[in-house]
Amino acid sequence: MSTLSADQVRYVAELVKLALTDEETELFAGQLSAVLDYASALEEVDTSRVAPTATVLPLRSVMREDKVEPGLSVDEALANAPEKQDGYFRVHAVLEGGQ
Amino acid sequence: MSKYELVVGLEVHAQLLTKSKMFCGCSADSWDAPPNSHTCPICLAMPGMLPVINREAVAQTIRAGLALNCTIAEEAVFARKNYMYPDLPKGYQISQYELPLCVNGWLDIDAGEGTKRIRITRAHLEEDTGKLVHAGDVSLVDLNRAGVPLLEIVSEPDLRSIEEVNEYLSRLRQILVYIGVNSGNLERGAMRMEANISLRPRRSAELGTKVEIKNLNSFRAVRNALEYEVARQTRILDSGGEVEQVTLGWLEHEGRTYVQRTKESAHDYRYFPEPDLPPLFIERAWVEELAAGLSELPLARRARFESEYGLSRADADVLVGARATADFYEAAVAATGDAMTPKQVANWMMGDLFRLVKESGKPLQEASITPAMFAELLTLVANKTINANTGSRVLKTMFQTGEGAATIVEREGLAQVSDADVLAQAIERVLAAHPDEVGRYRDGQTKLLGWFMGQVMRETRGKADPNLVRQMLMERLQR
Repeated sequence: MSTLSADQVRYVAELVKLALTDEETELFAGQLSAVLDYASALEEVDTSRVAPTATVLPLRSVMREDKVEPGLSVDEALANAPEKQDGYFRVHAVLEGGQ
Repeated sequence: MSKYELVVGLEVHAQLLTKSKMFCGCSADSWDAPPNSHTCPICLAMPGMLPVINREAVAQTIRAGLALNCTIAEEAVFARKNYMYPDLPKGYQISQYELPLCVNGWLDIDAGEGTKRIRITRAHLEEDTGKLVHAGDVSLVDLNRAGVPLLEIVSEPDLRSIEEVNEYLSRLRQILVYIGVNSGNLERGAMRMEANISLRPRRSAELGTKVEIKNLNSFRAVRNALEYEVARQTRILDSGGEVEQVTLGWLEHEGRTYVQRTKESAHDYRYFPEPDLPPLFIERAWVEELAAGLSELPLARRARFESEYGLSRADADVLVGARATADFYEAAVAATGDAMTPKQVANWMMGDLFRLVKESGKPLQEASITPAMFAELLTLVANKTINANTGSRVLKTMFQTGEGAATIVEREGLAQVSDADVLAQAIERVLAAHPDEVGRYRDGQTKLLGWFMGQVMRETRGKADPNLVRQMLMERLQR
């Protein structure tokens, strides 16, 4: 039974830029702990004779030729944007450090 | 000499020269394109989108790895590098982490008379991010560049001076352009650098605290930022302080670094294998095929130019600077045959031809003159049909009109005058017109010979055989 602390939840929330209230932090700590417990069932499988792999699919080396295909128009690309300006997506400025 | 030794490792991000993006069919060339005109559901990170690896980007990465003496992985895996920033619509960048395509290589750079080997840790393939335009409290996002294939080349901390850093970057750029995987156009962001730098007392074996400098978009910015950091860290160490481990940005217009992140706020990328992309198994036959297609690299070619053509290292270095230049030279040497030595061909090329190319503002390969045409001109000079000065003039006309040398010489009546009677008459006219100078020459001012040469050349409209004129003048003036 793994239990995520409120601090761990707050740290992960910061990584994905989510602002959580204290109530939400508690709520997600419980829910995420349950998810981890569920997935931890996998740890019971003996994998000592199995090589590590990045995939469970039989696919290997899937590649395409270097060919240009038509994409979206600027209007289509921006159709779902909450804010746009002069053909750009517009977002709140994100600057790092003392710039 | 400073009491501290500089230790630098570099990360270079080089844009590959594919037609389409890394994981979708959008055009990868969007320099002049309006914002967000080269996008699709994949590079916009629409839900359910699935990336597919561009085979040519993998091929170019392997070629770069081979040129940098790397081991090419049997198995390569893409990984998600997670971070939230508006230039990255997916919330992660597809990169490589534990299993990159190329590892353990090296690049030799010039160091004094010899060379120094700089180890390459790895070279991996990833996708570029979009561009942000900061405008007050908003940022404008252009995702044309998002998903363009990017080759990241990471060196070991083997560089010990700013000169070595500069030499490394110049050689790296030269190689990538030579093998056709990068445009070398830094003004358009074709190469972007990050430097890891530390100082340590000389003769110390331990490394000092490492500081990372990001957003270095030109070789000049790398040099300026390193100079700034060396000065800053020297002041800290001299006053008995400790350098803090931080990530810095570089403000080119202000000429200073600024702290982007401290150790405590360092990124935690949570890398994990990209589940949307199956692993790549790189067949050895493919690697061998790519290796066979690699052209001779600049330093090897320079060494061959020195031994095969008897050129100095400096001259050979200039001629191998760009592949097209080196190709032109070799073709011109072959076409000139025994008429001129390779050294003479090099002199003509680096003098007159380079000057014309420079004035035209276009690269040599776009000029109307071919190696065969150049060789024809040199042959006319070598067999004394025209003299060297006329050769320069004819070359200029060839460059402007695209005509052959013989055609121009014929039409403009430029063939060299070697007829002794004609030259003797010209000399008599010159001497008769300048009795004072003749007197001074005979009184010992023999330096005037050059001046007389010029007068005779003018008299023959530049066509006289200069050696014959010199000989005849000396004989005539001594009488």
